[in-house]
Amino acid sequence: MGRYRENPGALLRLVEDDRVHRDVYTDPEVFALEMERLWSRSWVYLCHASQLPAAGDFVTLDVAGKPLLVVRQADGGIRVLMNRCAHKGTKLVSAPSGNAGKTLRCPYHAWTYRLDGSLAMIPLREGYAGTRMNEKGLAEMKHAEVYRGFVFARLSESGMEFNEFFGDSLSSIDFLADRSPVGELEITGGCLRYLHNCNWKMFVENLNDTMHPMIVHASSAGTAKRLWEKEPADKPKPMAVEQFVPFVSGYQFFDDMGVKAYPHGHGFSGVNFSIHSAYSPIREYEEAMHRAYGEERAKHILGTVRHNTIYYPSLTIKGAIQSIRVARPLAADRTLIESWTFRLKGAPDSLLARTVMYNRLINSPMSVVGHDDLHAYRSIQEGLAADGNEWVNLQRNYDSSEKEKKEIVANGTSDLSMRNQFRAWQELMAAE
Amino acid sequence: MTEQDLVRFVVKEARLLDEKRFDEWYELFADDGYYWVPAVHGQKDPRLENSLAYEDKFLLKLRIERLKSPQAYSQQPPSRSLHVLQAPEVEDLKELKTRTNFIYTETRGDESQRYAATAWHTFGLQDKELKIKLKRVDILNCDAMLPSIQLFL
Repeated sequence: MGRYRENPGALLRLVEDDRVHRDVYTDPEVFALEMERLWSRSWVYLCHASQLPAAGDFVTLDVAGKPLLVVRQADGGIRVLMNRCAHKGTKLVSAPSGNAGKTLRCPYHAWTYRLDGSLAMIPLREGYAGTRMNEKGLAEMKHAEVYRGFVFARLSESGMEFNEFFGDSLSSIDFLADRSPVGELEITGGCLRYLHNCNWKMFVENLNDTMHPMIVHASSAGTAKRLWEKEPADKPKPMAVEQFVPFVSGYQFFDDMGVKAYPHGHGFSGVNFSIHSAYSPIREYEEAMHRAYGEERAKHILGTVRHNTIYYPSLTIKGAIQSIRVARPLAADRTLIESWTFRLKGAPDSLLARTVMYNRLINSPMSVVGHDDLHAYRSIQEGLAADGNEWVNLQRNYDSSEKEKKEIVANGTSDLSMRNQFRAWQELMAAE
Repeated sequence: MTEQDLVRFVVKEARLLDEKRFDEWYELFADDGYYWVPAVHGQKDPRLENSLAYEDKFLLKLRIERLKSPQAYSQQPPSRSLHVLQAPEVEDLKELKTRTNFIYTETRGDESQRYAATAWHTFGLQDKELKIKLKRVDILNCDAMLPSIQLFL
């Protein structure tokens, strides 16, 4: 018998207004409940529609322990099916992506389904005559939504509707897509897949933790800054230096950046500016934006440089960089972080080169920034095994009135974003 | 330049890495040299496609200086590496290209990771000295989910 499954009160007591119990990060039973509840009741990011340009194109992935198949239909729609043959449970396709043609055929006994999941053919079907077989086809995740190309699904039958769940936080996706002169994104350049030996929440929380960069990234960004200062003053600043150095800005910088929280765990830091604000302009691109949107609107889009937006729990985006990081939890202490890059349709390649460089420097398993971040998460994972203090502190700038408000803006170094995520955690983890 | 010169260079290069003589290793690269670890099998473009690493000499210097920093927390305890090389093959003596299969082990504390990989060296002459223009390392499972790889393959 589990400590938490049969004791809903104990589960919810793991989260207090300004601190959380270590079990939310370390306990395998809590992790299992997170998959069944939080990750099934949330709208989880699956893929981007640009990965499925043609009918029959598919992407496979596991969400909350369930194998899913996202497939482009002949009519242009996108469906999310369970990647599990109705017969023996075989996965219909095993590749991470590809094209299925017109049907999905099981590699074991050739049960064959149409792209919409309906059963098309079973070899020697008459053998089932008189049995109770009544197969309708593949199970479909009915609650799927495509927002500006971002494909989300909610696995549970009941729960919040898409717009209610995300609300006005969707503006960060809009600002990302609007950075394209034609308002469209295309995922390109492949994916960096970084295995984190820590709980998924440590990664998600860290993205709006602005009290760590000047410490954790002193060895990488700080060294970049120091090396650059030794170069001749008239040497043009490389893109890599522009990208690294703002990580070691001072506390005041990050505090002034601001953080905003929305209901259900979402939010972003970089309300006023961010570490991406001072990049050199790419003239050809800015001109294309002015032509497309007019000067004022283009300035507004390009001037919105949010740091990290969290679409709780799975998707985190960097609009100003055109990259996303996706959390795929594997176990209480194992998480895959996928980092993807976008081409802004209608923008010059130099912009994509900047996106790809950032992704490589910051999000790769070989990133000198990532190494020190992951070391911190892993150290927490190990530290929380110790008895003596069972609580993790979320108290910075805590204000008891924040619980009552829908949207809150606070100083950038506040722990608001983390408290907001745990309020959603409590809401989504309640027993039905 | 003889085949033996190229082979000796490749062997020495791996040895400098494993002995952590990174400053000497850095000097093996031409001023416009690059170190590239693709993220996709057969990757063509390091600029517009994601790589595990694609570093010019400034970024290599940064990596080396960081490893010396007491603030490089992920290096407490420090990592160690060993390259077990197959005999390097000279692909093209005129173009100064070699191909070397190797097994790479990187350890840190109780943890150990191992990769099968191929290194492609393209050399050039700079002030009459042999220098690396490009070292490309294709990890056999470069597209698998990978933990932190902290030293140089």
